Amino acid sequence: MRNIFLFIRRYFNFLFFLVLQIIALSFLFRYNKFHEAAFMGVANEITGRVGAQYSNVEYYFHLKKTNEALASQNETLLNALKDNIQSPDTASIFVKDTLSFDSLGNNARKYIWRLARVVNKSVSLQNNYLTIHRGEKQGVTKDMGVTGPDGAVGIVVNTSENFAVVMTILNRRSSISAKLKRTGEITKIHWDGDSPEFVTMTNLPVSVPVAKGDSVITSGYSLAFPPGILIGTIDEVVKDPASNFYRLKVKTATNFYNVEYVYVVDNMQAEEQKKLEEATRRNQ
Amino acid sequence: MNKLLKNIIRFILFILVQVFVLFQVKPLHQFIVPYLYFLYILWLPFNTPRAGLALVGFAFGLSLDYFTKTPGLHAAACTLIAYLRPFLINILIRQEGAELNYRSPSITSMGLTPYATYIFILTFIHNGYLVFLEWLDFGTFSYFIGKVLATTGVSMLLIFVVELLFFRKEKFRTNTA
Repeated sequence: MRNIFLFIRRYFNFLFFLVLQIIALSFLFRYNKFHEAAFMGVANEITGRVGAQYSNVEYYFHLKKTNEALASQNETLLNALKDNIQSPDTASIFVKDTLSFDSLGNNARKYIWRLARVVNKSVSLQNNYLTIHRGEKQGVTKDMGVTGPDGAVGIVVNTSENFAVVMTILNRRSSISAKLKRTGEITKIHWDGDSPEFVTMTNLPVSVPVAKGDSVITSGYSLAFPPGILIGTIDEVVKDPASNFYRLKVKTATNFYNVEYVYVVDNMQAEEQKKLEEATRRNQ
Repeated sequence: MNKLLKNIIRFILFILVQVFVLFQVKPLHQFIVPYLYFLYILWLPFNTPRAGLALVGFAFGLSLDYFTKTPGLHAAACTLIAYLRPFLINILIRQEGAELNYRSPSITSMGLTPYATYIFILTFIHNGYLVFLEWLDFGTFSYFIGKVLATTGVSMLLIFVVELLFFRKEKFRTNTA
């Protein structure tokens, strides 16, 4: 017993170092798997608040670009209004159904969009995250999709009371179900860590006709994003000679350097769908 | 200024500069990530106890981790260099007792070559371990090698600039003072 104490005293520094190292590594590997870590909630509140202070200053430098993005999004939305359509032929009627309740009085609304301000972001790392000033108290929960005025941004991975952390598509762990707008093929989009302006689309067979400039949109298969949100446009088409698949370089629609406002998309039917799919998987 | 207060202010400044300046810089290449923050650990006073060094390293790395949302990554690397620091100083110190006559490692207290070696070895170890932990998660071997070399180069350049800009005056301390 005495020898054990002597041993601990002799090598206290080394043992202390080992303990700290093990704590750090267990934090890291646990977070890599589950996006959870000790004190993460408190830390989110603090780093979020610091980031909010900083972004108040930085905000002015991006004001022009933010305005342009929001204005062009307004333009798109104005063009989608039903008042824009008027036919001289009174026999034809234009019907645009905006009812959110079906005939039985059930709420048929699937998506709710909530505005959030970006308070902290990184683009230069291999796993990039955004912090937004909206959290559990304001209705943000894990796994919700996040879009910007120009296109898809990422998925919420962690929330605290007033802040939420978003894993952007510029993240090694990110994988988003995507669709070619023109032909309708559905594959996945991920990031190879190279440039913050490009993501990669793989597993698309060479038989599909693709061209530079084609739009890539969200597929609607994922629970997080509504279908048809722009992810980016094809910038370069590379045929992989080893397999029969394309490797497409996609320019992201969102400019991650100056994204200031984002929308958190709440899929209200996600719970039911998830439950059903999980139950099916369990039964097989 | 009080030594403790000075180090606390430095702690906060290094974290803020790393998060809000260096990590916001548009990267030239995926390998080029400007890491400077760990200079804080290299600048800590000579007489910091070894267990204290490891603890400060851990806390410092973890605070950066909470900003970058990678809990444990920078903490592990910082704890490692904080632990190795005293061994390296013992080997590299120019003459007997220099660590008693001066407060903290610098060009004045250690001499240019030993100080440069000290900085280079710990930078290399820090970046190597950091990228190694990243590599366990994703990436190829060329990614690992390329990124270690590129980040070490960039870090050395940044530290050189910082040493020139913020020259730390080191007073020679004697027993009588």
